[in-house]
Amino acid sequence: MKLLIKNGHVIDPSQGIDETADILIEDGKIKEISGRGEPAGGMKENESGMKTGERGVIDAGGLIVMPGLVDIHVHFREPGFEYKETIKSGAGAAIRGGITSVCCMPNTNPVNDNSSITQFILKKAAMEGICNIYPVGCITKGQKGRELAEMTMMHEAGCVAFSDDGRPVEDSLMMRRALEYSRVFDAPVISHCEDLMLAAGGVMNEGLLSVLLGLKGVPAQAEEIMVARDIALAELTGGRLHLAHVSTKGSVELIRAAKKRGVAAISAETCPHYFSITEEAVRGYNTNAKVNPPLRGREDLEAIKKGLADGTIDVIVTDHAPHHMDEKVREFDLAPPGISGLETSVGLSMKLVDEGVLTLKQLVEKMALNPAGIVGIRKGSIKPGYDADICIIDTEREYRVDAAGFSSKGRNTPFDKWDLKGKPVITICKGVVNELS
Amino acid sequence: MSLKSRDLIGIKELEPGDIELVLDTAAGFKDVLGRDIKKVPALRGRTVVNLFYEPSTRTRTSFELAAKRLSTDVINFSVSTSSVVKGETLRDTAMNIQALGADFIIVRHSCAGTAHFLAKNLNASVINAGDGTNEHPTQALLDLFTIKEAKGGISGLNVAIVGDVLHSRVAKSNIYALKKLGARVRLIGPPTLIPAYMKELGVELYTDMNEGLKDVDIIMMLRIQMERQGKGFFPSTDEYFRNWGLTSERISRAKKDVIVMHPGPMNRGVEISSDVADGRMSVILEQVTNGLAVRMAVLYLLSGVKA
Repeated sequence: MKLLIKNGHVIDPSQGIDETADILIEDGKIKEISGRGEPAGGMKENESGMKTGERGVIDAGGLIVMPGLVDIHVHFREPGFEYKETIKSGAGAAIRGGITSVCCMPNTNPVNDNSSITQFILKKAAMEGICNIYPVGCITKGQKGRELAEMTMMHEAGCVAFSDDGRPVEDSLMMRRALEYSRVFDAPVISHCEDLMLAAGGVMNEGLLSVLLGLKGVPAQAEEIMVARDIALAELTGGRLHLAHVSTKGSVELIRAAKKRGVAAISAETCPHYFSITEEAVRGYNTNAKVNPPLRGREDLEAIKKGLADGTIDVIVTDHAPHHMDEKVREFDLAPPGISGLETSVGLSMKLVDEGVLTLKQLVEKMALNPAGIVGIRKGSIKPGYDADICIIDTEREYRVDAAGFSSKGRNTPFDKWDLKGKPVITICKGVVNELS
Repeated sequence: MSLKSRDLIGIKELEPGDIELVLDTAAGFKDVLGRDIKKVPALRGRTVVNLFYEPSTRTRTSFELAAKRLSTDVINFSVSTSSVVKGETLRDTAMNIQALGADFIIVRHSCAGTAHFLAKNLNASVINAGDGTNEHPTQALLDLFTIKEAKGGISGLNVAIVGDVLHSRVAKSNIYALKKLGARVRLIGPPTLIPAYMKELGVELYTDMNEGLKDVDIIMMLRIQMERQGKGFFPSTDEYFRNWGLTSERISRAKKDVIVMHPGPMNRGVEISSDVADGRMSVILEQVTNGLAVRMAVLYLLSGVKA
């Protein structure tokens, strides 16, 4: 089966493409890319019955065509918390967000700390997931931070990275061991940076606003201490360290300095909520703005943007953390942290392009090419021979976020009713063309 | 006259004029409480529910008595024997109480924002009787009433609040209220309990008790919650008392006509010495008496009944 995407503005940083071009897909793989007006042999419209206006041709005139986005930090909640999200509903949400590959974090129930859970997730993903799903395995057994999980066996079963996400590896020696041991199979260790003792059960950013709301604060240093520690351990061990959900100015500065020294393999991610809103969103005890790490101040937000612009932060992820409404409609202290982010990620990230923080090319790097490279999957590019995972965005499309209409079961977003510009209109994945309303 | 809002969530949400209105109205009710017959029919037929998720003696009793003095029907909803222990959510519990016809729900809860949450979800008037470390507005109102009685006004006074401000909803509400009415506020205590960023509230911070008490008109002591001990906020109650305990010797640095306040319950010998607590500068029991009049005023003003 053939499919021609014509007239689109193709952006693929992996090949240096940033121009109008046609893409020919054959049997679910990228076959050929060429500039308009000079279609190569295989791209004639009348071949195989493909004509403009028919199913085999997508006219992407006026649209941006890019590799399917890669989100290396999501929570799909299966097994164990299917009432929050399933692999099926999560994958549907990803496709709606232009995301064709996700890495799902292991804090399910049971946690993904052995290869049989990994196999279960992959089996469910193959049966029910309309996007590509790559499990992340636990660093430690039961995410308890005491003994290493069977990382090699999980890696062989299909885990692409390791993390105790949701919790830090508190014991520095254990983190050292994990970074050392991960060199056996060359997968990154993803660190959830939080000094739990210093965070001391806080529920929002510490500062004047936490006093005004009477909520317990978490200082930025609870994150930064662990960022500094893990950078030091990466330098000590030579392991590959990926820093999850960076939220503070201090963290950005630490990572920037470490990258400048160039002594360790370090990468970092942030999420749209850390460059779109501040702790002010918590006012009124808005549990949909409760997230871990917490939303920070204006200076932090600006530093995150700067870190994205200068390459300190490599990746934009969603940290998609769906929760049931019943869990969020309650006392702020008792509501679980997390934002359902897959379906707003592109719209929020496009603001960075509008503001001139990132070019579209940089955006594609941070949302497709870089994350794929970090977890070592053959995605994030539309080179000939690659799977035909494609995201087509209408950068001019204005729309209002409607959480009630999410594909995700989690409607917990602080961005409901926001007006955004820039929307995925077609996501192609696993040989299926998903036209998005 | 009545308040602009249907609910009393916090002092933060009030205008200075609202606070003045409560204080003036409370003065009238205090007169009523001095009569032989202490009850007025103002809110006859209304129902008040005390929904207390945390233990309380004086606040609950005070609200109950205030409500009864206004001729309402009062129900004390006891959390330990309710379906809350069966796992009912706060919202469901409150909705059920409202369905029984409650006009006022007076709530105390260990989580900040609880009163705000209920006010958003209920039609009944919600009164915050303390939400976590956020606010305890009626305590601040009764404190201001007591200050006004003693000093004639609030504006321009120097007020020292001493102790565990970080965890004190009483202190927070008082800071907001005192600032709104033009008083100058200083916080005195260990930096573990008064973090530096509290300065942004527009107050002065002192670690030295003797320095902090210099020339103040009002000393508000806060209870040191015994559960803070052993958590690293201070080494021992002995050392705490040595540094920040209120003694008659220390009071001499304040103005001669200083008054000493405490929201109770007191830890004698931890934050305040007995001779001070029972001394002539203490207005601690007046605070309790005034609490009744202030809570009557709050119920009355929220009821929408025309005066």
